[in-house]
Amino acid sequence: MLREAVRRRLVLAIAVLTLAAVALTGWGFARIPELGGREPLPAQQVTLIASQLTILVAFMFSFVLALSAVFVASPAVSGETESGIALAVLARPISRTEYVLGKWIGLSALLFVYAAGAIALELVVIRLAVGYTPPAPLVALGFLYGETLVLLTLGLLLSTRVSGMVGGVVGLVLFGLAWMGGIVGGIGAAFDNATITHVGTATKLLVPTDGLWRGAVYALEPAAVLAGASGLPAGAAANPFFAPAPPPWTFMAWAAAWIVLVLAAAVWSFRSREI
Amino acid sequence: MADVAIETVDLAKRYGRIQALAGLSMRVERGSIFGFLGPNGAGKTTAVKLLLGLARPSAGEAVVLGAPISDERAHREARARVGYLPELFRYPGWLTAREVLAAHCALARVERDRWDGEIREVLTTVGLSERAGDRVQGFSKGMQQRLGLAVALLAAPELVVLDEPTSALDPVGRRDVREIVRALRARGTTVFLNSHLLSEVEQVCDRVAVVDQGAVIAMGTLAELLRTDSVRVRATGLTAEARASLAREGFALEGDGERLVAPGVSGDRIPLLVEALVRVGGRMYAVEPVQETLEQRFLALLKEH
Repeated sequence: MLREAVRRRLVLAIAVLTLAAVALTGWGFARIPELGGREPLPAQQVTLIASQLTILVAFMFSFVLALSAVFVASPAVSGETESGIALAVLARPISRTEYVLGKWIGLSALLFVYAAGAIALELVVIRLAVGYTPPAPLVALGFLYGETLVLLTLGLLLSTRVSGMVGGVVGLVLFGLAWMGGIVGGIGAAFDNATITHVGTATKLLVPTDGLWRGAVYALEPAAVLAGASGLPAGAAANPFFAPAPPPWTFMAWAAAWIVLVLAAAVWSFRSREI
Repeated sequence: MADVAIETVDLAKRYGRIQALAGLSMRVERGSIFGFLGPNGAGKTTAVKLLLGLARPSAGEAVVLGAPISDERAHREARARVGYLPELFRYPGWLTAREVLAAHCALARVERDRWDGEIREVLTTVGLSERAGDRVQGFSKGMQQRLGLAVALLAAPELVVLDEPTSALDPVGRRDVREIVRALRARGTTVFLNSHLLSEVEQVCDRVAVVDQGAVIAMGTLAELLRTDSVRVRATGLTAEARASLAREGFALEGDGERLVAPGVSGDRIPLLVEALVRVGGRMYAVEPVQETLEQRFLALLKEH
C-alpha cells in the first residue's frame, strides 16, 4: 500500500500540500501576539486565541483526513474489480475475507502514518510559533483517527459494490450530513425540542464521525474555556467548534462497534459478489 | 479420479434473463490440453470463472483437481495448484514485472527462498527477462499478456487455465505460447485453453469442446470432430441438373464455382466420383482427399446449431 502511494506520487502530493498548510498556519499562529496592536497581547489571551485556532486547524485536518479516507477507500476494491486486476488475485488461494481485510489494514496503517505525522508536525509548529500546546493532543489524535477509520470503513464497504466515483461522493455527502446532524442535535438540545434532538442523535449514530469530532474538540479545549462554558447561552452546544463535555463512553463503544459491523458488512458484500 | 483434472456435471450459470452457460458436462484428463472454443459471448469465460470460484453456478457441480467448487475451503486449497491467465489481463501499473510476480508468489504460498528462482524461470519462459525491473505501466499489451502468462506459470501449477492467451500477441508471440503449452503437457501439466483463434487451438489441443450460446454443441478429439471423409474437387461445366443428378447417385457436392467439396467420399469411392462427374459433363482439373479445418467444422456446427 505504501509502495503504491509513493509510486503514484500520492505521498509527494500530500507531503507538499501538508507542509504548505502547516507552514501557513504556523505563520498565522506566530502573528497572534501582534493582534493587540502596539502592545503585544497578554499571555492568557494569546493562549485563548491559540486554543480556538488550534481547534479550527484540527477541523481542517479532520476534513482532510475524512476526504483522504473516502478517496483512497472508494476505489480500493472497485478499481481492481473493474480493471481486471482482481481476477488473477482472487483465483489464488486467498479468501474474499482476507482480500477485504488486507485492504482495510493497509489503508488504515497508511492513514495513521499520515494523521499522526501531520498532526504532530502541526502541534510542533504551533508550539514553536506561539508557545501553545493543547491539553490532550494524543486524545485528540485518537478521536480524529477514529473519524478517519469510520470513513475508511464506509468507503471500503461502498467500494465492494459501486464504482470509486459513486462511493467517494456518497461518503463525502454522508460526512457532511453527519456534521450537519451534530449541529442540528445541538440546537434541539439547546431549545429543548425532542424531535430535532432525536434527528441529531439518529445521524450521530448512523455515521459516528461528528460525535468523534466533538471528542477531539473537547480534548483540545483548555480548562479555562470549559470553566466559562456554564455561562454560555443555550445555543452554544450547537457550535461545531465547541464541546462542553466529552462523548459518553457508550457512544465511543458504539463507534468502535460501528466500524466492526461495517467492516463485516464489507466482507459479506464482497463474498457474495461475482467478479 | 486422480487422472481427471476438471470434471463438470450440468454446470450452468444464469445472469438474470441471460443463460450464460447451459448445462456444461465435460471431463479434462490430467496432462492433456483441452480447448474450449466458441464465438464471443458463448459462455467460455463464464465457464472459467465458475471453475475458479470467481462466480457461483446457478446449477450443476464441478470438481477441479479433486475439490468440488461447492466446498469453498477445499477449492481454495486446490487453487494453490492452479495458474490462471484472465482474458482481461491487467496488473498494477506502478509495480515492476518482478514485483507483480513476487506478489503472486506470496499469494500462491510459495516458500520465500524459492521466489527468486521461480520468478527468473517464468520470466525467461515468456521472454521478459530483460524487462523484469521495468514498471508494468510502460508495457505494451503483448508484454502485459506475456507477464500474465508468467503469473499463470509460477510455481509449476498442476492445472493452467488460459483465457484467450494469444489475443494481444503477434504471430511470433503466438508461436511462443504454443510451444510453452506443449512444454507444459510434456511436464504433465493439464492445460485448459479458451480461445476463438481456431488455428491456434487446432495446433495444440488434444480434445476440444465447441460452445455456442452457453451450450456445448460438439466435444471430442480433433480426429473425432473433423470429418476426414471428404474430397476437394476442382471442376468446371457442372450445371445445376448435373449436380442434382450426381446428388441422386450419392455424390452431393457443396460449394459454388470451380472449387467444390464432396463430403462422405473417400477411399474406393473417389474413382466412382470422378467417373460420375465426367459422365454428367464435368471437366475435372484436381481431386484431393481433405481433412476439413477446425474453422470449417466450427462454422458448419454453428450454422447447424
